Amino acid sequence: MRYARLLLMQLRASMLLALQYRADFLLDGFVEIFWMVPAIVPLAVVFRVRPSLGDWSFGEALMVVGWFTFLQGVLEGVINPSLVTVVDHIRKGTLDFVLLKPADAQFLVSTARFQPWQCVNVFTAVGIFVWGFVVLGRGPTAADIGVAAVAMVAAVAALYSLWILTVSAAFYVVRIDNLSQLFNAVFDAARWPVSVFPRVVRLLFTFVVPLALMTTYPARALLGTLPATTLAAALGGAILAFAVARVVWNASIARYTSAGG
Amino acid sequence: MSGLHGTLRAFPTLLRVGFMDAVAYRAELLVWTLATTMPLVMLALWTTVAADGPIGRYGQPQFIAYFLATFIVRQLTGSWAFYEMNFEVRSGTLAMRLLRPVHPLWAYAAENLAALPMRFLVSLPVAAIALAWVGGRAVTHEPLLWVLFALSLLGSWLITLFVNFAVGCLSFFIESSMKLMDTWLVFFFVLSGYLIPVDLFPLGVRALVDWLPFRYQIGLPVELMTGAHGTAHALTLLGRQWMWVAIGLGTTSVLWRSGLRRFAAYGG
Repeated sequence: MRYARLLLMQLRASMLLALQYRADFLLDGFVEIFWMVPAIVPLAVVFRVRPSLGDWSFGEALMVVGWFTFLQGVLEGVINPSLVTVVDHIRKGTLDFVLLKPADAQFLVSTARFQPWQCVNVFTAVGIFVWGFVVLGRGPTAADIGVAAVAMVAAVAALYSLWILTVSAAFYVVRIDNLSQLFNAVFDAARWPVSVFPRVVRLLFTFVVPLALMTTYPARALLGTLPATTLAAALGGAILAFAVARVVWNASIARYTSAGG
Repeated sequence: MSGLHGTLRAFPTLLRVGFMDAVAYRAELLVWTLATTMPLVMLALWTTVAADGPIGRYGQPQFIAYFLATFIVRQLTGSWAFYEMNFEVRSGTLAMRLLRPVHPLWAYAAENLAALPMRFLVSLPVAAIALAWVGGRAVTHEPLLWVLFALSLLGSWLITLFVNFAVGCLSFFIESSMKLMDTWLVFFFVLSGYLIPVDLFPLGVRALVDWLPFRYQIGLPVELMTGAHGTAHALTLLGRQWMWVAIGLGTTSVLWRSGLRRFAAYGG
């Protein structure tokens, strides 16, 4: 309960901070919508020359782009702002103040900063889903939406774990201004259904960097073609990733020697 | 600011310092290199798409050559001067640079240039793999085109550098210049040929892309290297590229001069 209250407080602080700069607030919201374009353009170019990509049609591939947009909102709205804050803390040595607080340090750094306008991405994602289903000429069943939601929880957990691992790297490599760029660059590949890649890359994106789990599985779930075993494996994988991230985080914190150390 | 003579004398030292900096922060370079492996992902994607037959003039070997060249060109022409400028303007540490007898923009350029040997080291294996994989067929055999390629590579770097400078100068005026740089990058990724070879765009879009600067940041050197253009067309495109270099230079110097007047060195 204490953590729920803490989360609410951190959220409120970020919200107030965002509202302080109203012009930026609106501008950023607008820019977010506009960013959907580069996610769609490569897809449109591919499907202009080919009717299908692997076993994906245009409408089906749009589901992947939809989840990609949704997760990008999570990434930019929750994950990256905190990442920037933590890396800054580590570089300046002010992480000490976070560690001294009587709450779990991982929780505190994970909720350090939010960017509320990224909610726009959720609406954009819904728009893309609707477009995709119009192209397909059918709608999703309620059960499919439910399964997709579960798959999405696994996806967010995996993304979060990957993020904690990245932050842990910041303890070892000091000057990492571009760590969030690396994160974005890797994540960028998630806008494609993972099955369109050659075998080696596909294995890499399923087991090493679980991009398949993040966008392809939820998309399949929404289309009603995700096998139950895959969903179970995805959930298991997400829990495992979460546990590994926790262990690595604790090990990194133990190594932290403050600034100049 | 002292004259050109002083800058020229200081330049070798700046390069040496920059090189040592690049060596000291090897890990950062590695992170950056990993962050720029997007062409390799696109390579994997497009070769799958081309498995059932060529698209336009691109079969599988052409796509492999194209995207490996893209990777190399990005390594050699990348610039991150914006992030440094933005940080130094906002933290006020730019004041320290202004005290030095070398123009800050020259100093940034030197830092960029000095990291090249390390980046070359990264690109070399990729170039070797590319040659072994697709053989010499996929690159041009025209010596003149290689000369033009070298010129276009320099042009790409200059355009990228001037964009970094110009948006960096905007940090003097607006707070959200970071967002602006991100927006530029989005256009850059889509329209430069980084993700999609520009000749795969529909004709209308291509006509537009021909006149926008993005394509000249990545696409042109790659196309010249892979022999996509005859000499005459290559010269036309090179002319347009250098037109953008000139525009970049002009914009940068205007923005720098008017921006510097507003600079108040917060906290400095």
